[in-house]
Amino acid sequence: MALAEKNGSGRRLPPHSRGILIKTAKTLLTIAVTMLGLLFVTFTIGRVMPIDPVLSIVGERASKETYDAAFEALGLDKPLIVQFFYYLSDVVRGDFGDSLLNARPVSEDIKRVFPATMELATLGTLLGVFLGVPLGVIAAVKRGTWIDQVARVLALVGYSMPIFWMGLMGLLIFYGILGWVGGPGRLDIFYEDIVPQRSGMILLDSALAGEWTIFRNALSHIVLPASLLGYYSLAYVSRMTRSFMLEQLSSEYVTTARVKGLPERTVIWRHAFKNIRVQLITVIVLSYANLLEGSVLTEIIFSWPGIGSYITTALLSADMNAVLGGTVVVGLVFILLNILSDLLYKVFDPRAK
Amino acid sequence: MTIIGKLATSAALALTMGLSSLPAWAETPANMLVLANRIDDITTIDPAESFEFAGSDVNRNIYGRLVNFDPLDLAAGYGPDLAESWEVSEDGMTITFKMREGVSFHSGNPVRAEDAAWSLQRVVILNKTPAFILTQFGFTADNVGETITFDNDAGTVSITTDKRYATSFVLNCLTATIGGIVDKETVMANEVDGDMGNTWLKTNSAGSGAYSLVSWKPNESVTLQSNPDFYLGAPAMERVVVRHVQESATQRLMLERGDIDVARNLNPEDIAGASEAEGVAIDSEMRGRLMYLSFSQKNPILAKPEVRQALKYLVDYQGMQDSFLNGQYVIHQNFLPRTYLGAVDDNPFNLDIEKAKALLAEAGVESLEIEAGVREAQERIEIAQALQATFAKAGIKINITVGTAKQILARYRARELDMYVGAWGPDYPDPHTNAGTFAYNPDNSDEAGATGLLAWRNSWDTGGLTEKVAAAVVEGDRDLRAQMYVDIQAEFRETSPFVVMFQKVEQTGRAENVANLTLGGAITAVSYWPVTK
Repeated sequence: MALAEKNGSGRRLPPHSRGILIKTAKTLLTIAVTMLGLLFVTFTIGRVMPIDPVLSIVGERASKETYDAAFEALGLDKPLIVQFFYYLSDVVRGDFGDSLLNARPVSEDIKRVFPATMELATLGTLLGVFLGVPLGVIAAVKRGTWIDQVARVLALVGYSMPIFWMGLMGLLIFYGILGWVGGPGRLDIFYEDIVPQRSGMILLDSALAGEWTIFRNALSHIVLPASLLGYYSLAYVSRMTRSFMLEQLSSEYVTTARVKGLPERTVIWRHAFKNIRVQLITVIVLSYANLLEGSVLTEIIFSWPGIGSYITTALLSADMNAVLGGTVVVGLVFILLNILSDLLYKVFDPRAK
Repeated sequence: MTIIGKLATSAALALTMGLSSLPAWAETPANMLVLANRIDDITTIDPAESFEFAGSDVNRNIYGRLVNFDPLDLAAGYGPDLAESWEVSEDGMTITFKMREGVSFHSGNPVRAEDAAWSLQRVVILNKTPAFILTQFGFTADNVGETITFDNDAGTVSITTDKRYATSFVLNCLTATIGGIVDKETVMANEVDGDMGNTWLKTNSAGSGAYSLVSWKPNESVTLQSNPDFYLGAPAMERVVVRHVQESATQRLMLERGDIDVARNLNPEDIAGASEAEGVAIDSEMRGRLMYLSFSQKNPILAKPEVRQALKYLVDYQGMQDSFLNGQYVIHQNFLPRTYLGAVDDNPFNLDIEKAKALLAEAGVESLEIEAGVREAQERIEIAQALQATFAKAGIKINITVGTAKQILARYRARELDMYVGAWGPDYPDPHTNAGTFAYNPDNSDEAGATGLLAWRNSWDTGGLTEKVAAAVVEGDRDLRAQMYVDIQAEFRETSPFVVMFQKVEQTGRAENVANLTLGGAITAVSYWPVTK
């Protein structure tokens, strides 16, 4: 009782801490509401889509009795709202149900395929950022010169070339003709199932295990699809960087800095670039999120067992548990990345503190 | 996959130019067979449940059956496998199998009569999708104790059907995937909640065949390890890896680079390109899938015999075979695929607009408008469009409705479509599998709800064929039975509202040094154990 009194009225949290608590609560509430909305929308779409999960289980030649039994076993005879609440209660416990097709828990499948996509998307984003940002800055500084034109053409090609075509051409040239990179798949067949799975990302797992031969083999397989994704990321990031930089370089404070005689490098990187970091974070996070969920074609061409091809296969096979599970995970990652970008704003933008 | 497929096909066409003569730089190990295949249809490895193509491929190499097909002589029909011989009782209802001695499961446990009986009982009790292949003989969960019996001492298994059936029918059914004999002790050690090991067997194996399962990663790969004690001799390929590769162009690239030995899903453009590559050979094998049209007999005009006949002359069989179906399908106008017992090669129909017009005039039909249901698969849509053009020449307008499986099949099963462009694959390697659906319909009323029967879906009273099909399925003499199916098909071709058009051909690209690879034809699945390199 004494403790309760002490906590209840004796000690009040300082205003700053209370502010943090309220903000945290608001953030959590936002996440919960967003997730609930996401779950409801994906669930509803999954149920009203003109595909039949029952047929995918029993086959098209099943009798009416077999069909009805499977229909009931899946709970499809219950009202939609009841089905949703059953689903919601399972998801809250981390249970996305079993795949209708392979009868394995969807959560296990996602644990297997998501790291493959994450490894690919992360490497692609890193390539896109480390090459795209300097390219965008240089293009802005050298506006109108041949460097700017080259950057523009590079970005235009990146935007307009179909990824499946680029992928197949890349395979033909670098794998088929030159033999510089590994073929489709994450590893050569002889190296599969050797490294113990920790993160599910083969580069990381093989490095942790000290299996450098496998690391090199994995690198030779990932370099082409990651470069392809990196190129698309580069196209987007470089154009956005150029645009942000042009805006800053035409500002009065940049002119002032130059008039004061500061070296050009300092003006560009310590003044202008510093002010586009917050905008760039949004661009990079969006680009990363897109690669995480939007690299289906790359995964198919390179036989990369990632979440994009997993969801697509599930969708085409009417495996709605897998589709919903995959969509929810991708949605969750989007939300988490948004929160991450909000936190980074606070680090890089003093006004947001 | 339609959009992705279209995009990839376009890209593949572009690649065809560039892939003309790639040197094969790598080579798979001499004791390892590596295949690229689309294996995303595998849902389980349990023989009591597996019912998909890629799953059947895996099962055939893991599990022995009482009777089986010799992969190097498929035309010979079923022969001894784990049963070395069998006897049929005088009343024709009981078949007693004598088990082969000295055969062991991968676990080291001996293959006993008890294992064989229990495996078949398990199929019936679990009652998964393919269980009907056995339950059609009258086996139920309640009676399997009496109808499927064993004697370990004598090494015999007996099965007693509910009535007399053709022995060839029963034995053909036992060659299907559900006939796989599992290791009872190993399976039951992994039983959970009375599931007879079903959950465990979905992803593990307990067989006595040429290979055991190392791993199955959905949409990724299947790895098999050879069984050195296989009773037919240790396979030359000690390890078989089937890798899921979705794209035809990617499969071709891997084949020509030497990273795989076999590419199972090459499209016609890549087949044409790969056939010119050094070190690559192309095989063609007939499979069981048929492409057909059907016409609802609820429509009084379509129900006229002359109209049914006329429609068969409005299909440009040759034109389609030689153009967009080139290399993938061949003309076949009978409901039994080639290589099945009783199969015939008679293909009497060709495109003959004048003859069709005359028949339509005879029926008093000047013009007609019908709705065709087509599932959104590229080849079916192309077929429907070709039909639209040729039917129009005889004054028949086809309105094509393209939809998903759910949309179109639901209407087909509800007997609502005038016309359906369909595909059908046999369930088991016996003629009854197709005869029993195309030409068998004991109750044509709506109330019968026999949605599994194609004849019922098209509201077709088979006019006596039902009785002939029923008679053929109990005929004990194999040759006589085969002749009965020949006769049934002859009548079916002339009278039915079905236009069977094509049979599937599977073209496979393989490294030239790979020998004795058979995909199983129309009657079974692929066999890896005879393969050498």
